[in-house]
Amino acid sequence: MSGRVLVGVKRVIDYAVKIRVKPDNTGVVTDGVKHSMNPFCEIAVEEAVKLKEKKLIKEVVAVSCGPQQSQETIRTALAMGADRGIHVDVSGKDYENLGPLQVSKILAALAKQEDAQLILLGKQAIDDDCNQTGQMTAALLDWPQGTFASEVSLEGDKINLVREIDGGLEHIKINTPAVITADLRLNTPRYATLPNIMKAKKKKIATVKPADLGVDVTSRLEVLKVEEPPQRQAGMKVETVEDLVVKLKEAGRV
Amino acid sequence: YIFLLLFVFQSFKQLSRPWGACQAGWRSTSSRSVPDVASHHPAEVVSSFPPLQTYTEEEGMMREAVKKYAQERIAPLVSQMDENSQMDKEVIKSLFEQGLMGIEIDPEYGGTGSSFFTSILVIEELAKVDPSVAVLCDIQNTLINTLFVKLGTPAQKEKYLNRLSTDMIGSFCLSEAESGSDAFALKTRAEKHKDYYVINGSKMWISNAEHAGVFLVMANVDLSAGYRGITCFIVDRDTEGLEIGKKENKLGLRASSTCPLNFDNVKVPEKNILGEIGHGYKYAIGMLNEGRIGIAAQMLGLAQGCFDHTVPYTRQRVQFGKRIFDFQGMQHQIAHVATQIEAARLLTYNAARLKEAGRTFIKEACMAKYFSAEVATLTTSKCIEWMGGVGFTKDYPIEKYYRDCKIGTIYEGTTNIQLSTMAKFIDKEYNV
Repeated sequence: MSGRVLVGVKRVIDYAVKIRVKPDNTGVVTDGVKHSMNPFCEIAVEEAVKLKEKKLIKEVVAVSCGPQQSQETIRTALAMGADRGIHVDVSGKDYENLGPLQVSKILAALAKQEDAQLILLGKQAIDDDCNQTGQMTAALLDWPQGTFASEVSLEGDKINLVREIDGGLEHIKINTPAVITADLRLNTPRYATLPNIMKAKKKKIATVKPADLGVDVTSRLEVLKVEEPPQRQAGMKVETVEDLVVKLKEAGRV
Repeated sequence: YIFLLLFVFQSFKQLSRPWGACQAGWRSTSSRSVPDVASHHPAEVVSSFPPLQTYTEEEGMMREAVKKYAQERIAPLVSQMDENSQMDKEVIKSLFEQGLMGIEIDPEYGGTGSSFFTSILVIEELAKVDPSVAVLCDIQNTLINTLFVKLGTPAQKEKYLNRLSTDMIGSFCLSEAESGSDAFALKTRAEKHKDYYVINGSKMWISNAEHAGVFLVMANVDLSAGYRGITCFIVDRDTEGLEIGKKENKLGLRASSTCPLNFDNVKVPEKNILGEIGHGYKYAIGMLNEGRIGIAAQMLGLAQGCFDHTVPYTRQRVQFGKRIFDFQGMQHQIAHVATQIEAARLLTYNAARLKEAGRTFIKEACMAKYFSAEVATLTTSKCIEWMGGVGFTKDYPIEKYYRDCKIGTIYEGTTNIQLSTMAKFIDKEYNV
């Protein structure tokens, strides 16, 4: 076992920013807008670093797919305690069309190349809310998956996981190598302290292209239109339940 | 020379800033790469004369990290710390954990190993949230740490630098009840006995004293020699005879403790002298310069933080059918204040960069401190007006900034002193 963990980190628009749709409805405004690491990716990095601190794994490799600026996101992961980074350079139109399928192909290729024992991802990204990359990556590698993890513990070559599901909490045990996706309550990510930011400067980030990994990033999806959600309409009050049923029938809801 | 010193300290009223010392024009010892263009505009051409608001990747990351930390860990406690005139212990602990208390100290001693400009950015970001926390960080970094790094013997560095980076706060003790601006008239004396000194006297207006573990005390070993007898002593908190008095009840910067100290036959070994005997006055002058830029950064952050809380309100508040921001009278005032803040920022950053480049920076540092303090006063006063009635209540953070800003024109060299110092430089410039 290599003891190596790959952590995927995605550069997204900061959660506090007010999103604006572009006037041509092709997407949202990203120019000059504050970006940061996806919050669920932060949780994944924290978990990986914790495992390393407990000496259960040996190396944490942070991976990000995107343009040059994705390196900032990798640097943040390094400042949190990752050992080195891999920047998969995807820019321009390819980047605009980059989605979970292509990213999972890239991660699968990297996992084989780096002989990873574990892949840790955030459960979803806050920009597209896809919640697919972890699951697809596991399928491509034919590895077990533990998604929506709120507790992770390594036991020999197996992993005990607690998953947050609709009905409550599910306890499972999976083999390694495996893919885990982090949910909100898994941990509280640490701040990048100033000394760690300094140390991160010395850590290496390697750059590769998807083609180097034998991955074709052509998208199978085409975005037709992006628009704001409809304005919230005023509600109306009714006096009785009968009135309610009548109104619902009128609106075609029943 | 003596006249210059006396004149410089004439109307200086030291309130909560202790004097530190560092040789004038000390170079920053850390290396720094050529500033990159701010990385969120990659399309811009990298010029060989980048704008002042250009940061290295390291500086940018530091600033973001401190901003986030300050918002999440300090902001919720600001009001309560001000009300109780008490710095929260968790805040102090987390400042150390984040590496903010040893920014320029070498990692060999547990420090962050970063640059002076990074300290300036950190102080600015902290001041946006709480100027009291900023001043604690500023004193530690620009006064205490600098003194130990520049003047400490290997043994002293070994004993103190590690603690200063990780868990111990320092205080600098120069001012006394009878000597504020006229600092060199200090009366605290140190009598030599064999291999130790006995210190007697008292100090006033000493910042951080409530929590400090080590005190750098300026005492005179030979009062007949005047200021040439002033010497810097390292005194540990638990030394017998050192009494820390009750902290002052202040208008602003209330969470920063300011206490009187009493020295009653305090025995200090000879090896606890920092630097050379009788050179304390030199250290005091030198310290002014670097610390001045730190205060400029604090006032700058204060002004910006106050402004950032106010403008959103003016965009929200509607009167007479439109946002109060849309009234031309308001727009002109707001734009004027924004310009002043920008000018203060450029003065401060430039003074910091000049110092790092090893060039003369004293006049520019004076300008930065004087101007930033004045801008902070203007900004906070205007912000309260723009907020209207709510600006006057403690439910909103504006009135605190207003109270906190006043010390800026007073400590670390009053506005009048800064102006006189600048005039001296200007006079010399036309000597040729």
